[in-house]
Amino acid sequence: MLKDITLGQYYQTDSVVHRLDPRVKLAATLLYICSLVTVKQAPGYVLAVLFLAVVIRLSHVPFRFMIRGMRSILLLLILTFFMNLFMIKGEVLVQFWKLSISREGAEMAVKMAVRLSLLIIGSSVLTLTTTPNNLMDGMEKALKPLKKLRVPVHEIAMMMSIALRFIPMLLEKTDRIMKAQMARGAAFDEGNLIKKAKSMVPLLVPLLVSSFQIAGDLAMAMENRCYRGGEGRTKMKPLQYKRRDYITYIVVLVYFAACIAAGRIVPFGRIF
Amino acid sequence: MALILDHVTYEYGSGTELLVRALDDVSLVIPDGQFIGLIGHTGSGKSTLVQHLNALLVPTSGNIYYNGEDIHDKDFSRKRLRSKVGLVFQYPEHQLFETDVFTDVCFGPKNLGLDRKETELRAFQALKQVGLPDECFYQSPFDLSGGQKRRAAIAGVLAMKPEVLILDEPTAGLDPKGRDEILGLVSSIRKESGMTVILVSHSMDDVAEYVDRIIVMSRGGIRFDDEPKKVFAHKEELEEMGLSVPQVTDVMYALREAGWAVGTEAITIEEAKQEILKC
Amino acid sequence: MKIVKTKDLVFDYIRRDEEGNVEGITTAVDHVDLDVEPGDFIAILGHNGSGKSTLAKHFNAILMPTEGAVWVDGMDTADKDKLWEIRQRAGMVFQNPDNQIIGQVVEEDVGFGPENMGVPTKEIWERVKESLKAVGMYEYRKYAPNKLSGGQKQRVSIAGVLAMHPKCIVLDEPTAMLDPGGRKEVIRAVRALNDVEKVTIILITHYMEEIIHADKVFVMDRGKVAMRGTPREIFSQVEKLKELRLDVPKVTLLAYELRKSGLALPEGILTVKELVEALDRLKAGDK
Repeated sequence: MLKDITLGQYYQTDSVVHRLDPRVKLAATLLYICSLVTVKQAPGYVLAVLFLAVVIRLSHVPFRFMIRGMRSILLLLILTFFMNLFMIKGEVLVQFWKLSISREGAEMAVKMAVRLSLLIIGSSVLTLTTTPNNLMDGMEKALKPLKKLRVPVHEIAMMMSIALRFIPMLLEKTDRIMKAQMARGAAFDEGNLIKKAKSMVPLLVPLLVSSFQIAGDLAMAMENRCYRGGEGRTKMKPLQYKRRDYITYIVVLVYFAACIAAGRIVPFGRIF
Repeated sequence: MALILDHVTYEYGSGTELLVRALDDVSLVIPDGQFIGLIGHTGSGKSTLVQHLNALLVPTSGNIYYNGEDIHDKDFSRKRLRSKVGLVFQYPEHQLFETDVFTDVCFGPKNLGLDRKETELRAFQALKQVGLPDECFYQSPFDLSGGQKRRAAIAGVLAMKPEVLILDEPTAGLDPKGRDEILGLVSSIRKESGMTVILVSHSMDDVAEYVDRIIVMSRGGIRFDDEPKKVFAHKEELEEMGLSVPQVTDVMYALREAGWAVGTEAITIEEAKQEILKC
Repeated sequence: MKIVKTKDLVFDYIRRDEEGNVEGITTAVDHVDLDVEPGDFIAILGHNGSGKSTLAKHFNAILMPTEGAVWVDGMDTADKDKLWEIRQRAGMVFQNPDNQIIGQVVEEDVGFGPENMGVPTKEIWERVKESLKAVGMYEYRKYAPNKLSGGQKQRVSIAGVLAMHPKCIVLDEPTAMLDPGGRKEVIRAVRALNDVEKVTIILITHYMEEIIHADKVFVMDRGKVAMRGTPREIFSQVEKLKELRLDVPKVTLLAYELRKSGLALPEGILTVKELVEALDRLKAGDK
């Protein structure tokens, strides 16, 4: 059933990582991604893997949830691996038929695969330990300076959080309408592409109609509860930095510096 | 024997910690031509059950037979089954999508691969059957009133000429006037056509006066399956399930408790009146 | 001071064709005069299209009168400067339980109103707690709204309005989409608010059994107030109610039929208990 899909992939548990301010987690994730781009040599990779391992350990999220995100990009991962493996020319290691694997190619393939995996797992940590709502709050507050440039930060955040609230409901509606049309003999999986696209009309029109209905009702309900934009609004759960947040900032910065340093100290290090 | 459910169980959410058993070993025979009330509160499994009858849901275990054929056999046409077992969903007006009512009602027969003449004939008959005024035929379905929309949606299923008509809470969200009109309509359609009708509801008052048989569901299983008066004899058990006997029957029970020598079988006001006047 | 007052209220819906020309005018509310005393439980009854919901939307300035005027707690709803104050004083709960919950967690939704009003954080938490307790939903404060039943969602919506500390709550067919269990839950919560918190209640409905406990009932038909009085006064006029195609409780109907057959029962019987007692008295009198 469609309604069983849960959005985002928040893993409910209590841990230091869960309790961190979303802004810290956002900044840390960004910095971690940057560090992955800058590391070129083995010590850097070791550092990146170790850092992530510690964070995962602290987050109390089982590792299998972490690699769940990998499934969707597995194909991409394999593709990049083999592209690098065969395409990069250099000192030939193995050769069969027209394909050859070079030393540089093998090195690059492994590096890219590790980098990509760390990237995905690293950002999974963010979404697994932060509720979508919390994340939105964090973004709103972090992007507040953009307000001066007339970017409607509050409105965008409000829209996103309402969308998150209503997506499960729309999925359920989709499920119902689909079944109702199937009860009238509709088939959604028959025929060629054009036929398939056409068969979506009986699904999409009612869905659109009820979305407008929901939007209208919701606007009325919000006005009725005195919503008038972000001005003069207080927060039930305001974001406030705690000591652990400052400490995290420092730890992450130290890690980033270490990554850069690792690249400098062993300039000619090789994986193999 | 039109529809048979043989030890049907339906579970969802397997693989997660939240495994829900929506139907628990349900066996049921629905013979031709019966008018059945399927009663249960929200979450009792009644909607899940009816979605099995036209193969929209596939049972986790157990079999369903239509006229002796297993509906999940490889070479059994589920599309044909859906035209024979017509299911009107809750709030069916949410499925309307065409530019006018008539074209919308044509959707079902057209999907069955009927030619244009037959399709239009059936649509016309179905719209007449639900008593929608002629001037509505070429209006946009979204311009109709709530009650009219619902009739148009019911016509959309009737146009497939089903042998079994299932209505999932057809009166939900209507006011008393609209509710009486829809119930009257269902009852008259059934009288005219003699088809099997299953009326799903959470209210005994909705079905008590019309149906031959009441099936009471609770927690995914069938608790009672009998003629209405016999089901209403279980007032206490029904109340435990969050259901109630018809209001009139309730009055008779109260009178009896107060020492009046009345029978508790009355369903209609007229029956109750006669019973009380006897004393 | 009256909490809600309307004088000669008229509301016209103007239907336009695709070019924006006026096609016709439908008068949804037709010269309605209405007074609501603070602390009262008022019921407005009528079937779909009788104008009851249109009338209700005037009570918190969602709609503005075409003619006449509406005052909420002494403030004219046409006064644009008072708009937010009016909406805070007279909160509204709507029909569809799914389309009015804004928050992703119950407690956040209840906090939404106070947040908009600029209530300090600490006080928001207090208000959320007391509002959820008042409707019996405090244990569900951490739930996602889509995991709740219809009746529970409506109680959350009521709490959301209550947290704005209104003087009056207008409920526009809050039970129309619920099953009997959910309906009872909501009505029980509403009655408790009226009894315990002394909040004025204006309940719009088409279910007659929900209005038995109201102080005053207005029956709407074709935009006009067709009947007004206590529930008992209203239920005494069975013929008229049938004419308006309203759903008279079966007990009342039965008592009415018995009266017609010659039993000397009092008019306007509302509950099973009353009927049994009246019949008992009759029997005792016979002996």
